Amino acid sequence: MTRPFVMGAVAYAPKVVTIWEGFKEYFRARDFEFDFILYSNYERQVEAQFEGAIDIAWNSPLAWVRAERMARTRGQSVRAVAMRDTDCDLASVLVVRGDSAISEVSALRGKIVGFGAIDSPQANLIPLDHLRTQGLVAGRDYTARRFDVLGGKHGDHIGGERDAALSLMAGEIDAAWMIDGNHLAFSREGVLPAGATRIVARTGAYDHCNFTTSPGASEEQVARFVELLMGMAWDDPEVRPLLELEGLKAWRIGRTSGYAQLARAVDDERFYDSKGNILVTDYRY
Amino acid sequence: MTAKEIFLSPIIDIENLGLDAGAHLLIKHGLNKIPVGGELLVTGNAPGWQAQLSAWCRAQGHPLTFIEGKAQITRSDIHAGRCRGATQTGSADPKQNGAVHEHAWPCYGLAARGATVEAGAPEYAFRLNQKHEVWADNAAELYAQAVAAQWNPDQAIDWNAAFELPDEVENAVAQVMTYMIENENAALVVPARFLGQMHPHFREVQAVLAIQVADEARHIDVFTRRLRLRGREPALSTAGGQASLKTLLDETDFSIAGFLLSVLGEGTFVSLLNFLHAHAPDPVTRQIARLAAIDEGRHVAFGMAHLLRRLKLEPEFRTRLTHAVETRNDALSGTSGLNEEVFDALILLAAGEFTPAAIATGYARVQTLMTDMAEGRLARLLRLGFEGKTAQRLAALHTRNFM
Repeated sequence: MTRPFVMGAVAYAPKVVTIWEGFKEYFRARDFEFDFILYSNYERQVEAQFEGAIDIAWNSPLAWVRAERMARTRGQSVRAVAMRDTDCDLASVLVVRGDSAISEVSALRGKIVGFGAIDSPQANLIPLDHLRTQGLVAGRDYTARRFDVLGGKHGDHIGGERDAALSLMAGEIDAAWMIDGNHLAFSREGVLPAGATRIVARTGAYDHCNFTTSPGASEEQVARFVELLMGMAWDDPEVRPLLELEGLKAWRIGRTSGYAQLARAVDDERFYDSKGNILVTDYRY
Repeated sequence: MTAKEIFLSPIIDIENLGLDAGAHLLIKHGLNKIPVGGELLVTGNAPGWQAQLSAWCRAQGHPLTFIEGKAQITRSDIHAGRCRGATQTGSADPKQNGAVHEHAWPCYGLAARGATVEAGAPEYAFRLNQKHEVWADNAAELYAQAVAAQWNPDQAIDWNAAFELPDEVENAVAQVMTYMIENENAALVVPARFLGQMHPHFREVQAVLAIQVADEARHIDVFTRRLRLRGREPALSTAGGQASLKTLLDETDFSIAGFLLSVLGEGTFVSLLNFLHAHAPDPVTRQIARLAAIDEGRHVAFGMAHLLRRLKLEPEFRTRLTHAVETRNDALSGTSGLNEEVFDALILLAAGEFTPAAIATGYARVQTLMTDMAEGRLARLLRLGFEGKTAQRLAALHTRNFM
């Protein structure tokens, strides 16, 4: 039997098993031997990419930054070969209560701002960077209240953002960061009552997850994997449920142009060093 | 895009309504009016509406750009994906041509008949999925009649009506009610079992069965209340009676079960209820019997209508009905039929008192009931197209337990 192409993914929710089992079936039906290994956190997954355990990883943007740094340090290379249409050009928004006097970022001085999990690119690192570029530093100019849920999942579990939203509505914090799509999702859930909140800031656009190749992965297998991904059509009723679960309409060829903000934040917040070592001390995963 | 082209694109203003408060409905409405690939301009003034719109368009798969403070959405064809390969499931109005399909496919699932079902929906294995196996053209009308004829026992029956019966007669009422309840249990369980196996595509038949089950539940309730009205507990339930009913529950074919239960059994039961309405010794029992008889009449009507349709399409099915009656008779040959207690109770109940003259009257009335039942069965069998001698033979073979 041909050695299967092995993908790593992080089990941030039970649906992950359904998704990748479905993909496995899809690939196998097209004569592509595929298997997957689930990790409990992205740090372990990225390390596994350099131990030869997996050929490719479904990585968070932060995991991509780390993988890229680790590869560079080792004189190796990793590539972002595919991503979801919904991974492109995201933005995070800073939300305040509708009756808040805060109407711009400068008014956050002395206030309490809610952030998501410590390792969440969208609800912690990129927002911290955004405020820093506006001259506001956590602990100096404002108080950062972190809503840490499931460390190591890089914010995929949106519980931290939801907790921050709830805390905002309870009047415990003055503002909360969340991914733009979650602002709408929390409105639909009723966590944020319609019209009860106001967006006062928005980060620049950034990209989210990608399939990151591991050093040494077979180019031929990677190419076939990407080709099969691109062939997954929303019109196909067998594939559509998987795409819906994974939150995309179409796969796109990977790009790395959308990670600059995050890479800067990782340096400024001293999350990883330039070699991909973990610097942040209160990070449990 | 030039300024002129922007001017030509349709534009909607969501004003101060955010997408966290429903503005996406206005945008969807606007997009529905333009072709795939067409562009819609959106303006607004809710704080952060651009961020919300970006998130929404990304999730919906519509490309978005901002030009001169306006959002420009390009309508994608992604949403047509759900309709590709979708299944059309007839139509809601059963009178329309082709509305009710001959075969209801598993992929229709629980969808409303007439709905467009997205490909890839789960398949449901409903056993009763052939129209000819279940359908009656007047099912919708029978259901409507049933809904209109529902009665509330607390209002329809005068439970406080004054009457006093000798102990023996009251005991006879309790015995007859005990018998009726077990028969109605069968009449509830049989359609209920088929109900769970019936494809919802046959909505009207499903509704008839559902209300039939509700009718029987009400009958069981009022018979029980009458039984307890003077402090009695249920009396004897015989092995023979239950054996007769068990053969009804064992029947797996919908049409045959309907034939045995509704056409023969409940038809016979209508005669019994009419008898009780006329001759029961107390007003409460008479009222109950009258109301239950009306309900049972509808159940018989549905069974007849279904069988008439099926026999028209499939005349040879008559042979299977004949076999079913014969087989049931064979299966019950070792049982005594209607139990002595019920037969005697009917006489006593129709007599009303314990005197030779009254008993003679009661006995004669029960004999008339037996004749009525046999004649009714014969008439229904003839109507279903059974030849005279066969109809007479089958009418005579019907269980002596009545149901």
